[in-house]
Amino acid sequence: MYSKDGESYFIVDAHVALWDARPENQRSIHGKQFIDCFYDYHRNLSPEGEVWSYEDYLYQGGERLMRDLFENGYVDHAVFQPAFLGEFYNNGFGQTEEASALAKAHPDKLTYNHNFDPRNGEVGLEQLRADAERFGLKGVKLYTAEWHGESRGWRLDDPWAYRYFEACRELGITNIHIHKGPTIRPLDRDAFDVADVDHVATDFTDLNFVVEHCGLPRLEDFCWIATQEPNVHAGLAVAMPFIHTRPRYFAQIIGELLYWVGEDRIQFSSDYALWTPKWLIERFVDFQIPEDMTEYAPVTTAQKKKILGLNAAKMYDIEVPTELRLPDADEPATGPRGADDIAERAADPTELAGV
Amino acid sequence: MVLALRGTTADTATSATAYTAAHAALSTVFDPELDEPITDLGFVRSLAVDEARVTVHLRLPTSFCSPNFAYLMASDAKDALTALPWTEHVVVQLDDHHDSDLINAGLAADAGYRGTFRHEAEQDLDELRETFRRKAHTAAMERCLTALLRAQPDRQVDRLGEVTLGDLPDDERTAALRRRRAALGLPDVRTAVVLVSHDGTTYAAADVPLALRRARSTRVSIDGNAHFCRGLLRTRYPGSEQDQTERPEGAEPADAVLRPPTAPTAPTFIPLTQLKEHLS
Repeated sequence: MYSKDGESYFIVDAHVALWDARPENQRSIHGKQFIDCFYDYHRNLSPEGEVWSYEDYLYQGGERLMRDLFENGYVDHAVFQPAFLGEFYNNGFGQTEEASALAKAHPDKLTYNHNFDPRNGEVGLEQLRADAERFGLKGVKLYTAEWHGESRGWRLDDPWAYRYFEACRELGITNIHIHKGPTIRPLDRDAFDVADVDHVATDFTDLNFVVEHCGLPRLEDFCWIATQEPNVHAGLAVAMPFIHTRPRYFAQIIGELLYWVGEDRIQFSSDYALWTPKWLIERFVDFQIPEDMTEYAPVTTAQKKKILGLNAAKMYDIEVPTELRLPDADEPATGPRGADDIAERAADPTELAGV
Repeated sequence: MVLALRGTTADTATSATAYTAAHAALSTVFDPELDEPITDLGFVRSLAVDEARVTVHLRLPTSFCSPNFAYLMASDAKDALTALPWTEHVVVQLDDHHDSDLINAGLAADAGYRGTFRHEAEQDLDELRETFRRKAHTAAMERCLTALLRAQPDRQVDRLGEVTLGDLPDDERTAALRRRRAALGLPDVRTAVVLVSHDGTTYAAADVPLALRRARSTRVSIDGNAHFCRGLLRTRYPGSEQDQTERPEGAEPADAVLRPPTAPTAPTFIPLTQLKEHLS
C-alpha cells in the first residue's frame, strides 16, 4: 500500500523474478552476456541512488527480495514470472525452488507463475500438468526467444503451442504472460512482431494475454493488436523506468496505451530485480503527462490506482480492501478509447502542440 | 571510433581520401529499425584503411540485439566497402554480440544470410527490410503532418488527407519524407498526397484521424527506441557518445546531460586535419 496526498494505492507488482546469474550458474558466455545486458538496462535507466553493485545484481536472494518489495517497496502482492534460460544457466535463470518456496510461505503476498516450452512436446505437456498441480498455477510466463538446442525461438501460433494453451484452459491457467525476444525461427522476419499474439488471443478468448514491455520495441504493433482483442493486456515491465530518464517518452507510452488499450488493461511492474518498485511507484504517483503534450489527456488518480494494482488484482483474484476498489471504466471492449472526439480535439492546434 | 590509417608518406593524401571514402561508404549503411546510418549511431567501433585493405569493427548496444538486424548491418557494411573501386580485401567484424562468431564467420566466407544462419534462415531478409522501410515512411509522414498542424492552426485534422507534397514547406523534414517515399517507390511530385499507406493508398476523410494516430504510435516507437539504443550504447561503451550525432526527434533533457559538453557531433566526413594525427 502506498499513500500520498490523502489517496491510497493498492500495489500489485505483476512481474518479479528471483534470479541467479552468478558465474557458477552460468552455463556459457551467453549467461554472462544476458545478465550484463540486464545490468546495462539497470545502470542506464535507474536514478543514481538506485544503482546496485554488479555483485548484488547477479543474485539478490529471497530475503532481500522480501525487503525490497514488501518492506521498502509498498508492494501488497507480487507475481513471479520466471524465465528458464536453460541454455544459458545450469540451474536456470529464475530460481524455481527458492521462489516457489517463498510463495508457499507467503501466499498472501506472492503468486508463483511458472513457464513452459512447447518444443518439449508430450513430455513438456505432462510436466505442465504436474507443475500446475504442484504450484497451483494461475499463470505462466512465456519467453518466445528461449534457446532450445538447435532452435532459438518459437511462435505462439505454432501447432504445439496450441496444444499447451488447450492444456492451460483445461488446468485453469488463465493468465499468459508473453515476453518477446530477439531470436525466432525463421530469422527472416521481425522477432518482436506480435502478430502471433493476435492469433492466439482470437482463438483462446477465455485466456488473458499480458504482453510484457507493452510490446516494446514494437509499441505501435502491440497497440494495434491490443485495441482489437479484449483479452490482450499491457504489462509495463521495462517501460516503467523510462519515467526517470525519458519522462516524455514514458508519457507517450502511457498516453498511447490509455488511448488504444484503456485504463483497465494495463499492469504495473518493477520487473524486479531489474529495478526496485519503491522509486517507480513514488514517481508514477507523482507523474503527469507534460502540459505541452496535449494530444494525451491527463492521467487521473483512478487510472493510476488501476494500473498500480487493481487491474492485476482482478486478473489474479487478489483480495483488495473494499474502500480501495474501483469500477471498470465505461469504455468499449475494443477499439481506441475516445476515438470519436479525435477530430474535434486535434482540430484545436493546442491539442497537438509538442507532439 | 578508433581511426587508423597506414601507408607511405607519399601516399598520405591518397590514403586520407581513401579513409574518407570508406567512412562515407559506411554512412550509407542504415540500422533499418532505427532508420539512421550506423555512423551516426556510434555503431562503427573502428575503421582501419591500409592501402587496399579495409578493416571495420562494429559494436551494438547489447549482446542480445536481434541477430538478423546485426547481420544486415554488418553485411551491408561489407558490401558498401567492397563496392569501392580501390578496395581489395574488406574485413567486417561484429564485436561482443551473442552471434559474433557465427556472423563473423559468415561474413568472412561471404556465405550470405542463408549460408550464415543455415536452418534458422528460410528465404532472405527482404521482407524484414521492407517492413522497416514502411515504418520509416510512416514516421516521416507523421512528423510532416503534425508539423503542418502546428504551423497552420486552422487546418482540420480530418482534411489532412488532402495535403500534397507541394503543401509542405521546403525543409529537412520534408526532404526526409521524400527520401522515404522514394525508398517505397511512391511518386515524388507536388500533387502527390502525403497521407498514404505504404502502397500509396489514400484514406477516406473519416479514416484520416485514426490513420494519423496509428502513424503517431509508430513515430513514438521509433524515436523512443532510437534514443534508448543510443543510451545503452553509451552505457556499454563509455566514450561512444563521441561517435554519435544528435537526433533531435524525440530528444529529452537527459540526452544533453549524457553528452559531454565538449564532445563534437561525429562528423560525417573526418576532417583531414584530424586524420593526420592518426597517420603513421
